[in-house]
Amino acid sequence: MWALVKHFRTMLKLSVRILLIFILGLAVSFEVKASKENEPLHSDSLIKEEFNTGRFIIEHVMDSYDWHVVSLGTTHISIPLPIILYSKNPDLHGGKNFHVFMSNKFNHAHNDYRGFRISHSHENDGKIVELDQHGNEIGKPLDFSITKVVAGIFFSALLLVVMLTHVVRKLNKNKGKAPKGIQNLLEPVVLFIRDQIAKPAIGEKKYEKFMPFLLTMFFFILINNLMGLIPFPPFGANVTGNIAVTMVLALFTFFVTSINGNKHYWKEIYNPDVPWWLKFPVPLMPIVEFSGVITKPFVLMVRLFANMLAGHMIVTVFISLIFIFASLYGPLAGLAVSPVSILFSVFILLLDVLVSLIQSYVFTLLSAIYFGMATAEHH
Amino acid sequence: MGLVTPNPGTIFWMVIIFGIVLFILRKFAWKPILNALKDREESIASALNLAEEAKKEVAGLKAENEKVMADARREKEIILKEARKIKDKIIAEAKQKANLETQKAIESARVQIQNEKTSAVNDIKKQVAELSLLIAEKVVKKELSSKSEQEKLVDGLIDDIKLN
Repeated sequence: MWALVKHFRTMLKLSVRILLIFILGLAVSFEVKASKENEPLHSDSLIKEEFNTGRFIIEHVMDSYDWHVVSLGTTHISIPLPIILYSKNPDLHGGKNFHVFMSNKFNHAHNDYRGFRISHSHENDGKIVELDQHGNEIGKPLDFSITKVVAGIFFSALLLVVMLTHVVRKLNKNKGKAPKGIQNLLEPVVLFIRDQIAKPAIGEKKYEKFMPFLLTMFFFILINNLMGLIPFPPFGANVTGNIAVTMVLALFTFFVTSINGNKHYWKEIYNPDVPWWLKFPVPLMPIVEFSGVITKPFVLMVRLFANMLAGHMIVTVFISLIFIFASLYGPLAGLAVSPVSILFSVFILLLDVLVSLIQSYVFTLLSAIYFGMATAEHH
Repeated sequence: MGLVTPNPGTIFWMVIIFGIVLFILRKFAWKPILNALKDREESIASALNLAEEAKKEVAGLKAENEKVMADARREKEIILKEARKIKDKIIAEAKQKANLETQKAIESARVQIQNEKTSAVNDIKKQVAELSLLIAEKVVKKELSSKSEQEKLVDGLIDDIKLN
């Protein structure tokens, strides 16, 4: 019953997402039409950077090498971030393998530096590539740069650790007394995860072992989700809407599940209780079961990624509506549309706050359920 | 498709950061927090238990008090009853004793009266005898003053003897 409701909810959410992506597509096509119609006017009178909705949105949700703050006309103000590269061809980069420098050396992807370039090619757009002596792109170096997303993770991880250790310090000081302050905010959530997620999913006996992992997972996802909604540095990096991040989170869950899987769990995968002909010449059921093992973390990864990415995209779409209307019917139309579009953006942002909570809850709950399945006793 | 291809650099950093965060929080945050929560829950549970026990104890004390009171009342009743019995007994005994005493007194009085009476009668008898003797003396003296009379008496005496 519960699963059914959840499925229905997911379907509903999916359909809303599809609708909004459709709107996005519409907006892009509007933009294209607008630029075509206004071309004769624009080409010789007003020379501006053409407003490209698709690029605008993608740039907002994508990772980047510097942290964009604001653009005033054509001047972009951004925080430079460290670039860390390892190249197998030291002779192309001044004889060194390791390269550490700040991203402002690239001057917003306009300059090359030490034989590296932020590519504009179709294949490696936005990535750092190596150049040979003639300035041809020859491939990508190993890239350990502190990008916007990595910096965002660093910041929120630091915030999380500082906040929680602060709570612990208060806890020790407040021993035996009623909780107060931030402790009151945290404790119900911890209790919720313990009593509503871990205990029912894993069971009274074994849940304690997984509590630190589940709590870390929940708060890490939650803080990054919420940080992503605040639209200025050091917040606003689309951390949980980055597939690498959600992949790592899902893999952590996968590994913890696999490490803690008992004999019964593995037997059900490699030698399930089914008629022998489903296992023997062709190991049909083991394949199905094993694909289930792979699917679980994959679904975790995609769900969080898609939800957060879509949330960010929709907000950006509503904001870009202002510019679309402005470029279609002039600045006044843009001004007229802005209240509506801001209203919608605020609405979606508030919705995203809810989605942030729900997604961190769902991720934690599913992790707990997987742990519960891996440690369940055979009966 | 930069959006859906995971970037190796990001994966690298994410593994490191998340691993460190997991380690630090596990050791310095979650263990103390969970322990504190558990401790508090246990202390609340034990406090509730204590309260329950105290309540039970109070109820027990009350029952005991009532029992003691009832006992005391019963004992009082018994004592009173006994006292009444003793009183009755004492009174009865006293009455009996008094009766006995009276009886004895009456008896002794009677004996004394009897004795007095006897002695009085004896006295009277003696006096009567004395008086009689006196009278008889006087009569004899008077009677036997004449000769004839003396002869008459002797004759009479002889007659009596003859009769015998």
